Amino acid sequence: MLPSTPSPAAAPSPRSRPSGFAVAFGLLFGLTTAASWWAARVDLATLFSREALGNALAFLAGGFPPALSPAFLRLLFRPALETVQISLLGTAIALLLGFPLGILATASLAHAGPLHELDLAGRPLRRALRFLPYALARALLSLFRSVPELVWALLFVRAVGLGPFPGVLAIGVAYGGILGKVYSEIFEAVDPRPLEALHGTGASRWRVFWYGMVPQAFPHLVSYTLYRWECAIRASAVLGFVGAGGIGQQIEISMRMFNFPEVVTLIVVLFLMVAGTDALSLRLRRRVL
Amino acid sequence: MAWQAPTARPVPAPPRTSLTTRLGWAALAGALIWSYRGTAADVTALLGPEGLARMGAYVRRLFPPDLSAPLLREVAASAAETFAISFLGTLLAVLIALGLTFFASANLAFSGLLFELERPAVRAARLLIYGSARGLLNLLRTIPEIVWAIIFVFMVGLGPFPGALALGVHTGGVLGKLFAEVLENVDPQPIEALQGTGAGRLQVVAYGVLPQALPHFLSYTLYRWEVNIRVAAIMGFVGAGGLGQRIHLAISLFLEQQLLTLILAIYVLVTAVDALSAFLRRRLL
Repeated sequence: MLPSTPSPAAAPSPRSRPSGFAVAFGLLFGLTTAASWWAARVDLATLFSREALGNALAFLAGGFPPALSPAFLRLLFRPALETVQISLLGTAIALLLGFPLGILATASLAHAGPLHELDLAGRPLRRALRFLPYALARALLSLFRSVPELVWALLFVRAVGLGPFPGVLAIGVAYGGILGKVYSEIFEAVDPRPLEALHGTGASRWRVFWYGMVPQAFPHLVSYTLYRWECAIRASAVLGFVGAGGIGQQIEISMRMFNFPEVVTLIVVLFLMVAGTDALSLRLRRRVL
Repeated sequence: MAWQAPTARPVPAPPRTSLTTRLGWAALAGALIWSYRGTAADVTALLGPEGLARMGAYVRRLFPPDLSAPLLREVAASAAETFAISFLGTLLAVLIALGLTFFASANLAFSGLLFELERPAVRAARLLIYGSARGLLNLLRTIPEIVWAIIFVFMVGLGPFPGALALGVHTGGVLGKLFAEVLENVDPQPIEALQGTGAGRLQVVAYGVLPQALPHFLSYTLYRWEVNIRVAAIMGFVGAGGLGQRIHLAISLFLEQQLLTLILAIYVLVTAVDALSAFLRRRLL
């Protein structure tokens, strides 16, 4: 990755000729758009054809009135709860995975910055020893979050069988990767002065972390974890599409049977659940921040 | 955590936690136990000898990845499709968001400085437009991408195109809401100053609001692109093109070695887009 060099010399006259970067960026942007247009086989004629609009209308019209029979609503209750449970437990597992890996992946704790200057000066072996777990943790986190939840879910369905549990594991692993990365970013962004002060008193790295970093980072950690929980509700709804339980499985079944009134009801239920979680999470976040 | 409290000197007692905080933690613990039972979670089965053996056997079947030339060519084509879905989807999302967001931000739609002198009837009409824009954004956002993909496959047939549409529509809702929050949080002083000079509303938006908001718009767009490349990789599960279609096939047909190749392809693609996005963020912001 090239370090971006801010060039203050070029800044004063924003109306001057576009820079080489701007020209290259514009060209590449145009080319990428054209290539993507071709690769995605964009077909506006079909999209706006009478047939497609007819299909859309049929879908809309077919969805009303939504299915509200007591039998269906009763059937729905359990998957909706399951979705909440998957998201909660999945986020908890993500926290258990992400927190320790996030600590290991924090550069200022692992190998760089004022905590290590004196310690590591002229000791390449010790530096390498501290760098190694850091690099491993980063690679692991990146693997966890680069494979989409749905693919994790499929792998876990193979490993532990159908049901909500593979969904839990999928969210745990994928979100563990995200949480770990964000936690490490939060840790790196804290005010370094308390850390240096603690370090100056001879505190070990663990104590510097616990008394210098955690108190500063805690509200942000909680806030971001809550945000991820909101995302997990949405994600766990989707995981049902591959047999990992929850309300997504119902949506998939109703979709496949072209039962659009049921689909509309399910989407409304999902909407209410997501809105409810957002509201709860917002209240909790206001409390900690 | 296996961390030990320092024993050399007694640490001052932490401030007492309030009753509501403690009740909150208790509720959280209860909810987790409830979830553990409800999801039939079974850590002992997962991490016991049998579970580990089963997972180990599955992982062994994934190796070595199938790197034969014909497969790699097909995977590259699918990866290009996935990239195109994410790119066009994000682009469409920006267009949708920009079209709706100015109506969905309270300070530009009906309330505050710009509308103080408005008659109540006009104001009510504006409130109505604001409410509809917000409602539309909520609708777009709530329906998951994969459900949108099913709807668009139903409309225009199989392939990457419905995938791009699905991503665009859902992300349009997300970005529209995020953009509106940015617009509502801009510093009002430039708006006041411009209004004091007699500038019209469009001019106020162009010279007082947009210069403050655009960097945030760009930052959110890049962030959503990073999200979308991951979603684009699974669109194929419902027939909307890209790597997902091959993954679905490989899993259904127990082609584990091909599956590993595909997962590696996702990893490479996602990492590349993340790096590109980080680079653009540094250069443009």
